[in-house]
Amino acid sequence: MRLRLSTLPHIRSGETTTTLMLNVLIALVPCVIAGIYNFGWNAAMLMAVCMGTAILSEYLFQLIARRPVRVGDLSALVTGLILALNLPSSAPWWMAVVGSAFAIVIVKELFGGIGSNFMNPALTARAVLLASWPVMMTAYVSPTYWQQGVDAVSSATPLGGLSASYLDLFLGRIPGSIGEVSKVMILVGLVYLIISRTITWHIPVCMVGSAFLFSWIFGADPVAAILSGGLLFGAVFMATDYTTCPMTFKGQVMYAAGCGLIVAVIRAFGSYPEGVTYAILLMNIVTPLIDKYVRHRVYGHGKGEKHNG
Amino acid sequence: MRGAHEGKIPTRNQPIRDFVSDRVAILMGMHLGAPSKPCVAKGDRVLMGQLIGEPVGPLGVAVHASVSGNVTAVEPIPYMTAEPMMCVSIRNDFKDEWVELNPLGNVETCDPALIVPAIKEAGICGMGGAAFPTHVKLTCREGATCDTIILNGVECDTHLTADHRLMLEEPARIVDGLRAAMRALDVKRGVIAIEDNKPEAIEAMSKAIEGRIGVEVAVLKTKYPQGCEKQLIKSITGREVPSGKLPVDVHTIMLNVATAHAIADAVIDGKPLVERITTVTGCVLEPGNLRMRVGTYLCDAIGECGGYSEYPGKIVCGGGMTGTCAPNHDVPTTKATNGIVVFNKPDSRSVEEGPCIRCGRCVEACPMGLNPYLIKHHCDMAKWDEAKKLNLLDCTLCGCCSYACPARRWLTASFKVAKANLAIAAERGKAQ
Repeated sequence: MRLRLSTLPHIRSGETTTTLMLNVLIALVPCVIAGIYNFGWNAAMLMAVCMGTAILSEYLFQLIARRPVRVGDLSALVTGLILALNLPSSAPWWMAVVGSAFAIVIVKELFGGIGSNFMNPALTARAVLLASWPVMMTAYVSPTYWQQGVDAVSSATPLGGLSASYLDLFLGRIPGSIGEVSKVMILVGLVYLIISRTITWHIPVCMVGSAFLFSWIFGADPVAAILSGGLLFGAVFMATDYTTCPMTFKGQVMYAAGCGLIVAVIRAFGSYPEGVTYAILLMNIVTPLIDKYVRHRVYGHGKGEKHNG
Repeated sequence: MRGAHEGKIPTRNQPIRDFVSDRVAILMGMHLGAPSKPCVAKGDRVLMGQLIGEPVGPLGVAVHASVSGNVTAVEPIPYMTAEPMMCVSIRNDFKDEWVELNPLGNVETCDPALIVPAIKEAGICGMGGAAFPTHVKLTCREGATCDTIILNGVECDTHLTADHRLMLEEPARIVDGLRAAMRALDVKRGVIAIEDNKPEAIEAMSKAIEGRIGVEVAVLKTKYPQGCEKQLIKSITGREVPSGKLPVDVHTIMLNVATAHAIADAVIDGKPLVERITTVTGCVLEPGNLRMRVGTYLCDAIGECGGYSEYPGKIVCGGGMTGTCAPNHDVPTTKATNGIVVFNKPDSRSVEEGPCIRCGRCVEACPMGLNPYLIKHHCDMAKWDEAKKLNLLDCTLCGCCSYACPARRWLTASFKVAKANLAIAAERGKAQ
């Protein structure tokens, strides 16, 4: 009889990196459906290209760098899909390739692969694309079923000056990136993420709450602020990236509040209408600092040693 | 931490049943501290309860024959330790002839000064798993005082129901043991702590404490590791054991319910610790709670439970979270074996360690408030001192971080290695 010997514990929870990534992909399905419904097959093409490039570039890099191939953990698919959902539906396929490869190779793998990157790969890629091709990256299209004009190729977003009702904002009857316009579908994804215990409520709720509060303080319409742009999508799917957000709930609350504040500041005082990308990226950089100073008190150390029974 | 309680159900409603094997192998090192010295020879006939191992050193514990019969061997056998361990094997003649016993009588009326010596003579050590000598625990060192004795009936590890059944079936004996310990130390408050997932045990114990002095039942939320000494003391008294200190430094002593039961046997009947309840579960055909003699072979116990239901991949002595792996099924149980859990091959497979994804699950899971991911980072590079600076020595090896980790990192295993290395370094530092 050959028995295994191992240290404790002898049981493990059912969660693995792969199941967590799968949960994120499942949570993104409503956004994918809404994106294709709103923007047509070009949106589907961009998603396919982004995910394909992400998987392929991760596989090739790991092969060339002689690292263990970890494509099976699905994290590259998540990065690719989130990047695609951040693009305008009019973006050309080669931008999807460049962005996706940049996210995986430069931002993720060169820093050590999964868990070692210090900024969100999809968001960093989006920022790079935005800096490189600003016109194409902001050529937002109205949803196909809601095109009011004859020529609706490119139009301003609500943050860029277009007026829209709260209902339009909520249902996604506005121009914008593929995944961010339909708030309903994002909320469905959020509910799934929380029920499946993939993420907790701390980051999405605090980030949206803080953006609401500071927009109101800075004199903007707070309801429109949280319903427009990529705020909700960013709060649910990008600020919650495990690797680049703080470890403790307390740290996460601080981080999310910072994200919301920076979004409101950029929107109110910056020359740029949208601030979610930069807000999250800036707070990503602050994360190590938060993790260094915001820690649990260790049992048996410092205050709390009560002796009065 | 949620989720770690799933394996408990099969033996919950199984009444305790007696099982006596025709052979026992009684180890000399069942307790924490130096192994005892055998004082019988091959061929001797021994009586039940006869002293067969004399205590050695300050943490020594007496060892007694758990059956009557002939000694078949006095030799080291392979065990879970690095070196083979000295062991007295006895062939059971099933006569159960006891040696002459010296009972103290009623726990409420006996001379309190005689209680701790009786416990020492009975060879009792902690029966919850750690096997710390009970008479040492109940001897407060100079200057230390104790105002609360907590009985640990939490049984928070997975699979185990031995303490649960004991509380259900013999609650009065447990209360007797607690009273004996309280009287020995002149402690006014005794608390029996039970998790709220054991309503029947709570009911039985609440009934048993009626009319007893200074004893109460505390119902706690079900969560692993509620039964770890430090967490339980905090839950019951609100006190935190300072880092590197003992429970008695916050005037608290904790005993397992099974230990209290053994104390009652020692005081009331004068019987040494020769049997205990063990949950045999997992991949066995008839899982159950067995009252077995100390030194019963694992294979005999598993055979009594109908044998394996699947090909075994791992046999764990203790619970699923904190148990110790047996090298094979030809090793005996000890005074601290509260469970025998058989895992099948798929559940025993080694898991490959993936890279940390910084999800923070270990940080939220750690009951001590440590940063397991960060300590592991230093352990991987053998930077033990860095790990120590991050309070590694406060780690209780409860296994919560490893359980929760989705990247399947071997966190607890690394901490065990690191703690061992730091202990060796400390020894060397002392020697120089």
